[in-house]
Amino acid sequence: MKELVQLERSIKKALLAAKKFGASSADVSSAIEDGFNVIVREGSIETLEYHRGRSLGITVYFGKRLASATTTDIHPEKIEAVVRSACERAKFTEEDPCAGLAEPELMASELPDLDLYHPWEMTPESAIQEAIACEQRAKRFDPRIVNSEGVSVTSGKQFSVYGNTHGFIGAVPSTLHSISCSLIAEQNGQMERDYSYAVARDSAGLMGGFDRIADQAAERTIQRLGSRKLSTQKVPVLFVSEVARGLWYHLLSAISGEQLYRHSTFLVDHLEKPIFPSFIQVHEDPFLPKRLGSAAFDNEGVATRKQHFIKDGILRHYLLNSYTARKLGMQTTANAGGAHNLFVSHQGLDLQELIKKMNKGLLVVELIGQGVKLVTGDYSRGAVGFWVDHGEIQFPVSEITIAGNLKDMFANMVAVGKDRDPYDAVQTGSVLIEEMMIAGV
Amino acid sequence: MHIALAEATFLTANDLSTQDLENILSSLLHHRLDYADLFFQRVYSESWMLEDHIIKSTNLSIEEGAGVRAVVQEKTGFAYSEDIYLGALRKAARAAKTIARRGGREKVAPTSSRKAAPHLYEPLNPLITLSEQEKVELLHRVDVAARAQDPRVTQVMANLSGMYEIILVCASDGTYAADVRPLVRLNVSVVVEDKGAREKGYFGGGQRSGYEFFLQNNLVTDYAKAAVDEALINLSAIDAPAGLKPVVLGAGWPAVLLHEAVGHGLEGDFIRKKTSAFADKFGQRVASSVCTIVDDGTLSLRRGSLNIDDEGTPTQKTVLIENGILTGCMLDKQNAHLMKQVSTGNGRRESYAHLPIPRMTNTYLLPGEYSAEEIIGSIQDGIYIENMAGGQVDITSGKFVFSTSKAYLIEHGKITAPIKDATLIGNGPEALMKVSMVGNQLQFDTGVGICGKDGQSVPVGVGQPMIKIDEMTVGGTHS
Repeated sequence: MKELVQLERSIKKALLAAKKFGASSADVSSAIEDGFNVIVREGSIETLEYHRGRSLGITVYFGKRLASATTTDIHPEKIEAVVRSACERAKFTEEDPCAGLAEPELMASELPDLDLYHPWEMTPESAIQEAIACEQRAKRFDPRIVNSEGVSVTSGKQFSVYGNTHGFIGAVPSTLHSISCSLIAEQNGQMERDYSYAVARDSAGLMGGFDRIADQAAERTIQRLGSRKLSTQKVPVLFVSEVARGLWYHLLSAISGEQLYRHSTFLVDHLEKPIFPSFIQVHEDPFLPKRLGSAAFDNEGVATRKQHFIKDGILRHYLLNSYTARKLGMQTTANAGGAHNLFVSHQGLDLQELIKKMNKGLLVVELIGQGVKLVTGDYSRGAVGFWVDHGEIQFPVSEITIAGNLKDMFANMVAVGKDRDPYDAVQTGSVLIEEMMIAGV
Repeated sequence: MHIALAEATFLTANDLSTQDLENILSSLLHHRLDYADLFFQRVYSESWMLEDHIIKSTNLSIEEGAGVRAVVQEKTGFAYSEDIYLGALRKAARAAKTIARRGGREKVAPTSSRKAAPHLYEPLNPLITLSEQEKVELLHRVDVAARAQDPRVTQVMANLSGMYEIILVCASDGTYAADVRPLVRLNVSVVVEDKGAREKGYFGGGQRSGYEFFLQNNLVTDYAKAAVDEALINLSAIDAPAGLKPVVLGAGWPAVLLHEAVGHGLEGDFIRKKTSAFADKFGQRVASSVCTIVDDGTLSLRRGSLNIDDEGTPTQKTVLIENGILTGCMLDKQNAHLMKQVSTGNGRRESYAHLPIPRMTNTYLLPGEYSAEEIIGSIQDGIYIENMAGGQVDITSGKFVFSTSKAYLIEHGKITAPIKDATLIGNGPEALMKVSMVGNQLQFDTGVGICGKDGQSVPVGVGQPMIKIDEMTVGGTHS
């Protein structure tokens, strides 16, 4: 692929320039994207955007001092000037004993093809036609669907290359395609909005495609009509899989090296301690073909690996890159840039069975706001969902908050479902939590 | 002056002439289009980061490109290029115009309607207003000031950032305008520890000027003290209450409430598409009569201010709600055209790689008649929010939230115990009906706002005096 050749040339040029200006080591990442996005609304095309972007970022090290620079101009002749700026600025930063590239022996030596590159034959013109049909189908679902925020189709290729002065260079071509449909329903003067989407590396992974997205978006939107508030009370809370995902991202943040060495997380000093019930397993598998989070090397070139973060409820690994590992006196876990495909174990129940198991409580389908404080674990967010009683959904609920502390929420998980939402690098089913405080009227 | 700099940056440097730009716009309008524009942008930005007593890293970023947009009614075609030579622009234009069918009907207005741009900030490059050594020293002063506040401070992170942006807009409606925009910011974040308990505190500020802004008065100490205070207050915080309470919002940054509760719902694209809960409420009461809310991009030096928006329209002061009655919304060119109105100068974009959409600038509530003592003293059992983190809104249902970062109980007319961070939730068209008292001291935020919409981030400002809301749902854990 000519893009990868171009990027590799730029990266080598940048690394050479860094050496020329006196850097002891350096690393560079560069990417080119090429794709389009169409949004169709009310039966006709609203926007057609072509995305052809590029960028290059370099970090230069002078012993234990560093500086970085990024640019959108990746022509080899322009790169040298940017690298020179970074090198000049490194004179003003100060020695950080932990700074530096990851150790050379950790570089990935085998780069298996993870099958991430699957261009979609869909042209913008045919995407527009499909999207119009999708919206029409959704609007036929129920006369109360009165408006639409549109159907969006995105398809893109990304070429990214990382290289450093250990001699490591790794190129990753990948594709990403998505469909989403967002609808508005109205009843008694009250409007509600909901949506559905799918995202995959291969268009075949957009299971059921436009029809399924249309039906699911319509069904979800209609179900929200006639929502009520709840009275303030403590009840069990069931997070549907799309929302439950957030809980695992909070875990990843709370065990990340940055938060740990800054003492900014409630999970400081929790390694080898139980933080979940013993039935919870959370593992990372970077090598699955076509997956959203798959990668043979992390953002520092370190070989990724299969590993358990949580085994039998116990925290077994932090999420570290080489810098945070040195800060903590540990080894990198090959997580520069984050986790690569996370899987949460389940107990075999589907969503309906989890609702039955909860019997009475709140089913949460959307959360709004950022009310999560990692340093203490305090959690307080706006919620939308359904009131459940006698093991069945009773009515939609909105304008309430749910609150608790992540430490308690983790420790008091009752069950994780098998209803994994496939459209994310974190694979979790719905999560039932024993009790949280609901604030309403 | 702005035009000359922008032409040198984008045209002379790339062997382009204004005639080339007109030719591209003409070629676009050979197709059945209502409007087309070219947007050129170069942004230099830098940041310097201090942690563990040392200047740990610095980053310099140089971004440059051009966006080409073709509009026919509600349809928009868009493409961009990081190369700004004629061939690359023509290629982007060919992609953008696939939105329209061939037809040909309009002439490009000559690019002669050059208006003198307002002058809300100096057209300077903030990155060179201090030497690198002075930037480093400034951050060290923040570190020393924060640690001097209290022995319980265990971590100090400070970040100094600056941005220098040059834009040029050339449009088929005759717009030919440029702007040169500085923006600086200083953030302080601290961790405090006491007997095994830990808390964080944050403060920051900035404006459209050079870095010398941070050298004046005791600003460094003020920022450091505010960050440490927030962390220490939270160390002794008790559980926040859960349920309906009267709420007092402090002056300044807590105006995030306005931004979420009414601001987003009054952006013109949501009004035109009737996806906003406010779409059918013009001329109606949507707030108590003590509320007058404006969006104003013309305030000198403010973070949300712009001489011209990203479509070349001068910014203005738009009254959104007057004495409680919904009177206006924020418009860009396309939505204004479709609604048979004129742009209010709110067409903004994150960069050349994004489409302009209606966005807020500085959104604020005008002052009323009450003192802080009168407002706090009127409450038997409620909460007082001195500072906030962020917020979010669902513009269709109107439900919005914001999260506190420094808040207290009000008991028998007095501010008492600090409470833990909590999210508050309300409904936009109802919440402001419950504003019963408005303070007499208008205050703006210190210059930290970042607003996200459709995946695009832009700097914004908010302001308000202290206000009392008779009832809101407080999302604490204590019933």
